[in-house]
Amino acid sequence: MAVLQRSTLILLQLFCLLSLFTSYSLAIAPKNGGGYTINGRVKIPGYGAKGFGLPVKANNAKVILNGGEQVTFLKPDGYFSFHNVPAGTHLIEVDAMGYLFSPVRVDVSARNPGKVQAALTETRRGLSELVLEPLREEQYYEIREPFNIMSIVKSPMGLMIGFMVVVVFLMPKLVENMDPEEIRKAQEEMRNQGVPSIANLMPGAARS
Amino acid sequence: MPKMKMMMILPVLMLLLLLVPTPSFSLFEDQVGFMDWHQRYIGKVKDAVFHTQKAARKRVVVSTHENVIASLDLRRGDIFWRHVLGPNDVVDNIDIALGKYVITLSSEGSILRAWNLPDGQMVWESLLPGTKSSKSLLVVPANLKVDLDSPIFVYSGSCLHAISSIDGELLWKTDFATHGIDVHQLILPSASAVVHAVGVTDLSHFHTYEVGVMSGEILKHTTASFPGGVYGEILPVSNDRFVALDASRSVLVIISIQNGKTHLQQTHVSDLIHGSSRDTVILPSKLSGIFTVSTDTCIAFIKVTDEGKLHVMEKVDNKVVVSDALSLSEGEQAFALVQHGDSKIHLSVRLVHDMSSNHLKETVEMDHNRGFVHKIFINSYVRTDRSNGFRALIVMEDHSLLLLQQGEIVWSREDGLASIIDVTTAELPVEKIGVSVAKVEHSLFEWLKGHVLKLKGTLMLATPDELVEIQKIRLRSSEKSKMTRDHNGFRRLLVVLTKAGKLFALHTGDGRVVWSSLLQSLRSSEQCSQPTGLKLHQWQIPHHHALDNNPSVLVVGRCGSSLSSATAMSIVDAHTGKEVQNMVPTHSTVQVIYLPFTDSTEQQLHLLIDADNRAHLYPKTPEAAEIFQRESANVYWYSVETEAGILRGYGVKTKCNLDEYCFEARNLWSVVFPSESEKIIATVTRKANEVVHTQAKVIADEDVMYKYVSKNMLFVATVSPKASGPIGSATPDEAVLAVHLVDTVTGRILHRMTHLGSQGPVHAVLSENWVVYHYFNLRAHRYEMSVIEIYDQSRAENKDVLKLIVGKHNLTTPVSSYSRPEVMTKSQSYFFTHSVKAISVTSTAKGITSKHLLIGTVGDQVLALDKRFVDPRRSLNPTQAEKEEGLLPLTDALPIIPQSYVTHAFKVEGLRGIETVPAKLESTTLVFAYGVDLFYTRLAPSRTYDSLTEDFNYALLLLTIVALVVAIFVTWVLSERKDLQDKWR
Repeated sequence: MAVLQRSTLILLQLFCLLSLFTSYSLAIAPKNGGGYTINGRVKIPGYGAKGFGLPVKANNAKVILNGGEQVTFLKPDGYFSFHNVPAGTHLIEVDAMGYLFSPVRVDVSARNPGKVQAALTETRRGLSELVLEPLREEQYYEIREPFNIMSIVKSPMGLMIGFMVVVVFLMPKLVENMDPEEIRKAQEEMRNQGVPSIANLMPGAARS
Repeated sequence: MPKMKMMMILPVLMLLLLLVPTPSFSLFEDQVGFMDWHQRYIGKVKDAVFHTQKAARKRVVVSTHENVIASLDLRRGDIFWRHVLGPNDVVDNIDIALGKYVITLSSEGSILRAWNLPDGQMVWESLLPGTKSSKSLLVVPANLKVDLDSPIFVYSGSCLHAISSIDGELLWKTDFATHGIDVHQLILPSASAVVHAVGVTDLSHFHTYEVGVMSGEILKHTTASFPGGVYGEILPVSNDRFVALDASRSVLVIISIQNGKTHLQQTHVSDLIHGSSRDTVILPSKLSGIFTVSTDTCIAFIKVTDEGKLHVMEKVDNKVVVSDALSLSEGEQAFALVQHGDSKIHLSVRLVHDMSSNHLKETVEMDHNRGFVHKIFINSYVRTDRSNGFRALIVMEDHSLLLLQQGEIVWSREDGLASIIDVTTAELPVEKIGVSVAKVEHSLFEWLKGHVLKLKGTLMLATPDELVEIQKIRLRSSEKSKMTRDHNGFRRLLVVLTKAGKLFALHTGDGRVVWSSLLQSLRSSEQCSQPTGLKLHQWQIPHHHALDNNPSVLVVGRCGSSLSSATAMSIVDAHTGKEVQNMVPTHSTVQVIYLPFTDSTEQQLHLLIDADNRAHLYPKTPEAAEIFQRESANVYWYSVETEAGILRGYGVKTKCNLDEYCFEARNLWSVVFPSESEKIIATVTRKANEVVHTQAKVIADEDVMYKYVSKNMLFVATVSPKASGPIGSATPDEAVLAVHLVDTVTGRILHRMTHLGSQGPVHAVLSENWVVYHYFNLRAHRYEMSVIEIYDQSRAENKDVLKLIVGKHNLTTPVSSYSRPEVMTKSQSYFFTHSVKAISVTSTAKGITSKHLLIGTVGDQVLALDKRFVDPRRSLNPTQAEKEEGLLPLTDALPIIPQSYVTHAFKVEGLRGIETVPAKLESTTLVFAYGVDLFYTRLAPSRTYDSLTEDFNYALLLLTIVALVVAIFVTWVLSERKDLQDKWR
């Protein structure tokens, strides 16, 4: 229930902000003492809203600000926050094994606090809410293809066997089916040509 | 005729099959652990909290100097879970709350986090904004009742905070900064509604406060003045007594609060501890009624009686390490002492009520390579006879972590390996000839059996049991972990130097520690206090002259942290780990230069450059000096002064008057970067041992380009000073990144290029004739990678055949930095998704195999990226000829193919470096990535074209041959029969 309440709260905040500014608004709260707080959420699909616990894979997920300046972790509901962030344009990266996230550009404005923008740097898509979703799942291993007879046949050794089979069993058949006269003709030709030499194979040998 | 055609088709087909493009590093899941290994570490333990009560899995939660928090299995020392916090988010305190949350206070007390104890999931996080920086204190009520929400008290930023332990919400906050108080201690008496805070103002007034637990109001405030001032901290002795040391460190002050008044009582340390007592410190020990004072001669346990009298109970040697107090059941407290004996440690546990005798005394054999005990944490358990048993977790000088119980080491962790400074490799000994026949027969049988099993596996005939067996055979292959040199150069020793000053040799086959040695030269001594390791170099690589010698490595360290402090050096046998030589030269070391010369015993010549720019030659032998004198005209080095923005090049001038092996440097050139516009942020040079196969590069249309291959090329990246901060601190207009390629012999800038609107951090790698660097583009707000390739134009005319025949070519002119060749550069930039922690490149024995970049990403993974993707000759529409050459069409971003992560599903937490070593087999390179974790694997950037893969199925080959032989016989018989029939006809 706490989760629900919080999200509605954020939605309310969002609504207020949206009504104030037409641009993208995010849960960025100004703070006395120079810094701002960036709040966001990481959403991993396939993980239902059942409640407690991110998927095991995302247990070690980290959120990184500006390439390591600040590192934070995800709460059970996927929320994260960075505190004491100065005004400016920042970069947020999500590191979760098994998923590829696009880094997110977040602008924290100093002049009018609350006015902020976020965009995925990979796709240049603007975000109306700082909800980060993976671009894709990452599969680190090749999938081993199940055994089939074709893979053996296709392998060099398989091809060799196949070739042998063709030569041994089909060639005699071919010769048998040939017209005896044609065979005689071919044999005669062979005799006329004499011993086949490499020269005959060379281009232009026919001329000589 | 058709026969002939088919004969010709067949090889073509086979070639085609071999050329089917697949990602070269892709692994199948069952190949994990086959040629790679991964080890997880945590670093030197700073603090430990046990969780053993009512828990099925007994564990200990630790925080370390590598900024890791981890939960370890107390039975075996395995890691249940672990988190590496950010580098600016140093953990100050840890504790366990409600019996289910691990509480960490980090970032100087401004961030409080709770982690779920069983799985390490972060439960809540709260920011505690303070007003003034102060020390940070964490008090978690020792409450065994899980349901009761008792707040956690944190003093940080000069404010006292109470935080709900269930959801991390701030309950109340009391600001002490307005009172001008610096709070030293927080005490929460059990079953009390007040928190005691003790502090000082201006170091001369003691203040005690009582703060209501529920409201945060200050209920009571007492003060007393003490003109002597306070050194260090005020420590509690009991609930109403505190002890402090005055500013002169000679007087102990007992502060007692009675009836709302503060009494001070002063005692001279020398009255209690006779003899000289300098460097007095009160040790925080949390013993009730007793405090410990450490001086330069001893550690004394001093009891405070009810009347406030001080009474020395015992004095022990100051080498003794004392643990914090541990509360036992009946209000009893225990603590442990560890004394270091000769290759033994003596552990004794004492009860506070009965200090005179040891409750428990154990002696444990300890490897002297672990050094002294640095820290001890104790925990008790109830034995079957209802008496208390104790287990002790000790942290050693080499950063290893051991659990002692009942006089034995239950487990040990080599956590020194989490802080590697430098890596090198050493060859293993050559295999002795003479193998027994029985062994060969046995191994042959095993080999055949393995392959038959494998064949069954491929044909899908194997049962699940057999599948398990197959996997086991693959992983356990005895070949790979042998202690001898192999033909392919896969088996080697990785010699690593750690922060603790310990040298480890890891076997590349399975990652086990072959030997480890705590270097005497890198241990604190009178000559050399607080030494740190700097560099590891190969010292002696026996090839032909000195084959009987073992290879050895040179370790260079520094005594103290300043650049001008003295050097510590060791030469260590790489096969046994023995320190062959141990030197403490008087000069300092700023730079270690490996010279490409060896003496008759194959010792590598090294130059150590000191802070006064003198070069010291090692080894210190007349022979080495002679070789160096002969070659000194060709010895150059450079220095980078990052602060001043100056590069300087040096050569050897004369001998200096210190000794035979010392040489004065002569400044040859300087490059000064204007400090108002350029600040050096990265310099990278080529690896000294890199091999380049050919200078020529054949491009499309049978044209040739000559690579500018120089060992003396330095890549320097500078940014405008405004943009030298982190991302987000500068606008694109202020940020300019400039990259330079400098020749370090002449100081000539070969190439300079600027990236407007870009900033660091810059990570770069220089190899052959190219440099690839990674930086941040502020305009696009994305990371970019750029490549610069540099070509020698002066050799371009050599393409003319006529000139070659006539002999008017310049191929025979020597390559020299002084010849000022015409160079031509090509460059291109691409977007790259991730931040980068380290970048490296594969290296092979002869440099023929194509190269892959190894990029350590922000997610602590290592990505292999084919160099073809960062080729400046890529274009949007490559011509047919270029396509044939293998040039890829230009894309704006570099692809990230998940299968090409060399670390596959592993992470190298806290990644700091990637080292590549060529194997003897040209196609293969060995990769070692280190950080908090270690990862090793073997890569073949162009696939293993020179050997069969280990997966090659010999059984299938045998089967094919057998089938062919059978086929021959069958056909022979058939044809015989047919002939016979023909004859009968």
